[in-house]
Amino acid sequence: MTEKATNALELHDLSVAYRVNGRNRAVLRNLSLTIGQGEAYGLVGESGCGKSTVALTVVRYLPRNGSITGGAISLDGQDVMKLDAEALRRARADSVSMVYQDPGKALNPSLRIGRQLTEIFELGGVSGQAAEDRAIAMLNRVRISDPKSVMQRYPHQLSGGMQQRVAIAMALANDPTMLILDEPTTGLDATVEAEVLDLIAQLRRELSASILFISHNLAVVSNMCDRVGVLYAGMLVEEGPTDRVFSDPRHPYTVALLRCLPRGGQRKDHGRLDTIPGFLPGIGATIKGCAFADRCALATERCRTELPPLYELDDGHGGVRLSRCHYHEQAQALPRATPSDVAAPARKEAPAVLRVEGLNKTYASHGHALRAVKDVSVSLKPGETLGLVGESGSGKTTFARLLLGLVPPDQGGTIELEGKTLAPRLENRSDDQIKAMQIVFQNPDSALNRSHSIRHLISRALKRLAGLKGAALQARLEELVRSVRLTDRHLTVKPRQLSGGLKQRVAIARAFAGEPRIVVCDEPTSALDVSVQAAILNLLADLQSKEDVSYIFISHDLGVVRYLSDKIAVLYLGRIMELGPSENVFAGPHHPCTEALLSAVPKLDQTETARIRLDGEIPSATNPPSGCVFHTRCPRKIGAICEEKEPPLSEAQPGHSIRCHIPYAELARLQAPKQPVPA
Amino acid sequence: MSATETIPAPDTAARRGPWAEVFFSLLRSPTFLVGLGIVLFWVACALFGEHFAPYDPLADDIINALAPPSGEHWFGTDQIGRDVFSRVIVGSRDILTVAPLATLLATVAGTALGLFTGYFKGIVDDIVSRILEAFMAIPVVIVALLAIVALGTSKATVIVVIGLSFAPIIARTVRSAVLAERELDYVAAAQLRHESALHTMFVEILPNVIPPILVETTVRLGYAIFAVATLSFMGFGIQPPSPDWGLSISSNYGMIGGGFWWTVLFDALAIASLVIGVNLVADGVQGALND
Repeated sequence: MTEKATNALELHDLSVAYRVNGRNRAVLRNLSLTIGQGEAYGLVGESGCGKSTVALTVVRYLPRNGSITGGAISLDGQDVMKLDAEALRRARADSVSMVYQDPGKALNPSLRIGRQLTEIFELGGVSGQAAEDRAIAMLNRVRISDPKSVMQRYPHQLSGGMQQRVAIAMALANDPTMLILDEPTTGLDATVEAEVLDLIAQLRRELSASILFISHNLAVVSNMCDRVGVLYAGMLVEEGPTDRVFSDPRHPYTVALLRCLPRGGQRKDHGRLDTIPGFLPGIGATIKGCAFADRCALATERCRTELPPLYELDDGHGGVRLSRCHYHEQAQALPRATPSDVAAPARKEAPAVLRVEGLNKTYASHGHALRAVKDVSVSLKPGETLGLVGESGSGKTTFARLLLGLVPPDQGGTIELEGKTLAPRLENRSDDQIKAMQIVFQNPDSALNRSHSIRHLISRALKRLAGLKGAALQARLEELVRSVRLTDRHLTVKPRQLSGGLKQRVAIARAFAGEPRIVVCDEPTSALDVSVQAAILNLLADLQSKEDVSYIFISHDLGVVRYLSDKIAVLYLGRIMELGPSENVFAGPHHPCTEALLSAVPKLDQTETARIRLDGEIPSATNPPSGCVFHTRCPRKIGAICEEKEPPLSEAQPGHSIRCHIPYAELARLQAPKQPVPA
Repeated sequence: MSATETIPAPDTAARRGPWAEVFFSLLRSPTFLVGLGIVLFWVACALFGEHFAPYDPLADDIINALAPPSGEHWFGTDQIGRDVFSRVIVGSRDILTVAPLATLLATVAGTALGLFTGYFKGIVDDIVSRILEAFMAIPVVIVALLAIVALGTSKATVIVVIGLSFAPIIARTVRSAVLAERELDYVAAAQLRHESALHTMFVEILPNVIPPILVETTVRLGYAIFAVATLSFMGFGIQPPSPDWGLSISSNYGMIGGGFWWTVLFDALAIASLVIGVNLVADGVQGALND
């Protein structure tokens, strides 16, 4: 291609189907979109709406049962459908690059990074030292500080963030005109995600490549993209400039999706999150009229029978906006699916239900002591939620498993449940103690036995935990199933026949079978779509206010933690760095570690604040840094004292403790919103 | 409260259960169907062989001894004039009783051992696994010799010998599957209900490791057939006057030198075809379960 086509990518009326059980099922339906040269286009939607299929279709990389049933794809002016095998190979090698969600799978585990990178240049005819130099240049470009040593390493020797940088370097190696990023940061920690997103944003300024950015995370897309398209059931339902679409959505689906996110410090006692009733139509479903009509409270007879065209809108801000809704002017009048109002529970003074004192856990790892949890003390009142936040490897899950007795803690610490000391091991705890503390695991596929029916799963828990039998068990089963908003018809099936959200409801029902005092929620919504997440969070909040149960809520999503938590503990390398009431921890002044975590979260309302980035990786717990463990990455390190002396977790305000050498007042001053400093 | 929220029922009609899926996938697998055809043919012979065998497999006819294959005796006759064709057909009976029973014994014992070692891990696993490995190092024939000395020759001895020799192999497969299952959260959830170890092993974990057990069992059945035939050939297994294949080969193989190939070839082909049939079934099952 000598001259540049006007658009980097054009999809025209594209339809794609997958052949399942001998029938073609439509996945993409008459999808048209264009991405201009140098433009970043975001494609958002929930799982199953066809986002990844778009990415695969662009380079004709569909799985064997997938076929393009209509339409045209033009990549940089080239008709992709007409390319023969060799030309297609060249196009994939030269002009399009993809970065996938899991860099660990995209890199070859048995080749050194250097070999994998130089291979790309060798395909382009550059070899030997020249290829190596260019590989090093690429690694420099993705801000890898020591490219020579990284070249010598194998993928498993790099952290997830580094792997994704290498994957991006490989994608950029041939200076592609089109870069497809399919959920590039989904598997990463918030701090690492922020780094990778910063990198992509910087590269955008340096490179001419156009970007197709696919993500389920609206906030990430809003920060990265010029324009955004909202995909629903394989159809584009709304499109326009990112800031306009998110601040002034014109399709009920976009409106509803945005309302599902806990935003702006929304908390469980202020109101429930909105949800989207019903489900995405299954792939291949016949859709008459608007695909969203069944879930839309605004839908009329017309919506159900007549497919809305993509209306072109003028919102007075310039830029083309499209909405596939007959009533796009009224989209924002969409009534809430879930009433917001809640009766704020009366906070009563009660003795702590859980008291943890000096809990430690040391693993032996290759002859070294790995301190996964160090000296953690917390207490929890009935009906309260303690949010545990921190990067992966900070000891959140280990702490939860210690509480439950799934792993025994080191000698010395105590766990008290309602005033009675718990045995360290599960086997030695009484049945009453066992049923008082239950867990909702992150992944329901792993937590629910796939061989058992839902009825068996819940009844067994009722039998063992509540000691019920016969008619009493049946009655309680029905009540429990109703309380997690499942119906009798769900009872006969096996877990695999339910969607992720429904499976998680079953897991919640099971945890609540014995009327627990404490339920540990280990990232219960991280595998779910936002609309489903909202429903699960509402359910947890409802159950809490009804049953006065306490939660220990682990999540990497700070918005979610904030919605549900009364208290927050920030963990770093197994230590509590900050502990306090949710509002204080979020509002600050906070520990620099908390500050960095908060600043890493992509926000929907693009108020670009001074962002703090953590460099490097979380240090190894086998060899933690001296002094304050956070000093190696701390943006506010004050000097030698940080390296020499571990600060105590001292109470800065009643109930709010921070483990930092910087005095509270000084932290407050440092973290105050930036104002012009008088000279 | 969001009590008004409705959740539609799962769409059960569109999805088949996992076992139904495996079943339909088996029906589409030519490998499995051919293997099954061969195996069913021999099973039919074992069950009803004497009804369609042209002669009594045990009836001698010295005048017609060592007659080559002809229209009258399709596979010829052996040294005392018994019809080889009838003997091959009826000869499937003993091997098809002993080999499956031995495999069943191996599967039951191996599954229990594998669940036990995989579930308890640690020191229990170390000790039991080492013992099993040591056991696996002893050739089946030596074990058989010792067992026959101790127990005398009988079908039961063969079943026990082969069953116990194969059990460690199945135990190893089950153990590795259980080790993977054990890490899943449903096992932790069972512990958080104070379930007994037996419940967790047999009710929670076992149903999920059935697929590898099924594959291993069908593979072992092929080996068991071979082992039974070998032991019979060596005189340790099935005893005369059974028209068993291995036994027939053993009593006739001296004849090959004299050019009387038909007394051995057809029995050998029968063993080969049954082993191949079972292996095709095993391949098919494995393919269907891995889909």
